[in-house]
Amino acid sequence: MTKTLATPSTDTSVAARPTRPGRQRPSGPASATSVAPRRRRPSLAVLGLTPFALYVLLFLAIPSVLAITTGFVDKKGIFTLENVAALFSPQILGTFLSSFWVSGVTAVVGAIVGALVCYALLGTRPDGALRSSINSASSVLAQFGGVMLAFAFIATIGVQGLITVTLQNLGVNIYADGVWLYQVPGLLLPYLYFQVPLMVITFMPALEGLKPQWAEANATLGGSRLTFWVRVAGPILAPSFFGSLLLLFANAFSSYATAAALISQGAQIVPLQIRSALISETVLGRSNMAGALALGMIVVMVVLMFGYSLLQSKTARWQR
Amino acid sequence: MSASSPSAARPSAVRPSAVRPSAARVGAAPSRTVRTIILSLVGLLFAVPILAMIEFTFRDGLSGTYTLKHWLNLADPAVNTKYAPLATALGNSLVLVLVTVLLVLVLLLPTMILVELRFAKLRRVLEFICIIPITVPAIVLVVGLVPVYAVVVKVAGSSIWSLGFAYGITVLPYAYRAIQANLQTVDVITLSEAARSLGAGWSTVLFRIILPNLRRGVLAASFISVAVVLGEFTIASLLNRVNLQTALLLISKSDPYVAVIFSLLALAFAFVLLLLIGRLSTVGAVRRPRIPLLQKR
Repeated sequence: MTKTLATPSTDTSVAARPTRPGRQRPSGPASATSVAPRRRRPSLAVLGLTPFALYVLLFLAIPSVLAITTGFVDKKGIFTLENVAALFSPQILGTFLSSFWVSGVTAVVGAIVGALVCYALLGTRPDGALRSSINSASSVLAQFGGVMLAFAFIATIGVQGLITVTLQNLGVNIYADGVWLYQVPGLLLPYLYFQVPLMVITFMPALEGLKPQWAEANATLGGSRLTFWVRVAGPILAPSFFGSLLLLFANAFSSYATAAALISQGAQIVPLQIRSALISETVLGRSNMAGALALGMIVVMVVLMFGYSLLQSKTARWQR
Repeated sequence: MSASSPSAARPSAVRPSAVRPSAARVGAAPSRTVRTIILSLVGLLFAVPILAMIEFTFRDGLSGTYTLKHWLNLADPAVNTKYAPLATALGNSLVLVLVTVLLVLVLLLPTMILVELRFAKLRRVLEFICIIPITVPAIVLVVGLVPVYAVVVKVAGSSIWSLGFAYGITVLPYAYRAIQANLQTVDVITLSEAARSLGAGWSTVLFRIILPNLRRGVLAASFISVAVVLGEFTIASLLNRVNLQTALLLISKSDPYVAVIFSLLALAFAFVLLLLIGRLSTVGAVRRPRIPLLQKR
């Protein structure tokens, strides 16, 4: 579509060339032939890309490479596999397992609740007040991680929290077995508070993509609502649903601030273990363990995001 | 079906989401009761922590009574000297917001326009680069940022603004998506070539043709960057810098009330910002069909 719109105008750009040289698009089927004599010019325009490239190199590429590779050297800078091997020690495997557990539970629950919200929004006007305010609220809450979220839950289910005290007056003590808010299980509710809105944001476009014609065709052919959901909408939405689920898992797996604000001591999940590795410089009596942990996290994240983009491309087929 | 028939007569190029779904949506949409139950239940559950925060700010210690003291303290010069570190931190965060938005406008935006105009083949590469910070989250990036900032501090000193370079990377996916969503709806190539064939110079094309058309995307990208930077904790905390979030955590240990009040204010501010983004995109959706020729989709 873009090319058919753009190609006719290439002639005008060629006509204007004598006065303003060196600004033709180097690509595109039509311009490739007509601009051939000026091929050398793009080298000037490439200069325009260098500031951003340099910035990304310095603050994204180098830190990423450093984060991954420091795990492979010891304190004296000599290559070693010991840190990476230490990833498989029971202590660190345990934190990975807790991380997977928190991410898994919050991703599954968040995906189901979020999908229900999307489903409830289906009949509403896309530009209506309800939809747009829920959209905005979701984008705020999906970003609402960290210190402020920890405060919100300390005020809600902390030892003196609103819900804790209210339930206590009713004779229910949520902390009968000890205070779990500042432990790994305490992360579940705060994490759900940003997982559900994230699901709403990522899954809503897929649900909106369900064409009314499909439901009408299903009804015309004598299908029930159940048939529609099980045999039409279900298969179409499945890749998008599981893709969003993976994104939620990745989101919980990589979040640090909420856990850091709630759990001030210890290394119960992987991001917190990176914290103690960075602060004390030694975990398990090794230096550069932070690098190995970062490597472990990146491997998990790459697998997750690869799966996400794979499922996403399956979804894209129906979203046209 | 009669309600949707005028819109159904339009060409299918009109975005389906712009078409009002009729009441006769067979099968897909839930009934009114189901919708009300789901939305009010989830809405209630999500309101509880916010209400708990508000309730907390009116508490008078552990006495069980309520007071306006904590809110009035903010305006009381005798007490609020205590909050000076928080004010400094807020100032730091505002500087970081400024640097980050500047990086988005000066580095990312021109690059995206240039790629759109001249290097169509690099579009996927640029997208890939801008999505990387999702796969390499802040907690991983910070491991590599520690040695990088050891150098940065030697070169640029230890003042707070240099942290903005790291934040420019964290906002990259959000800012990219906001600008790209706008860029997709505007045919910048045709626009710029039309302008140049009428004798416009490149600065005219950029500032009077392309940027006005990208206003919505640029604003949305700036707003989301503001929201992300104001909420950032991970990098600042692990690089031992002071920003709003690290200061909030610190002050919450001595005065939890003011920490919660500031959190509420920051949350309200972010909500207004994102409401504005939402408003921007709906305004755009209404206006877009007026210039169908320049639409790509």
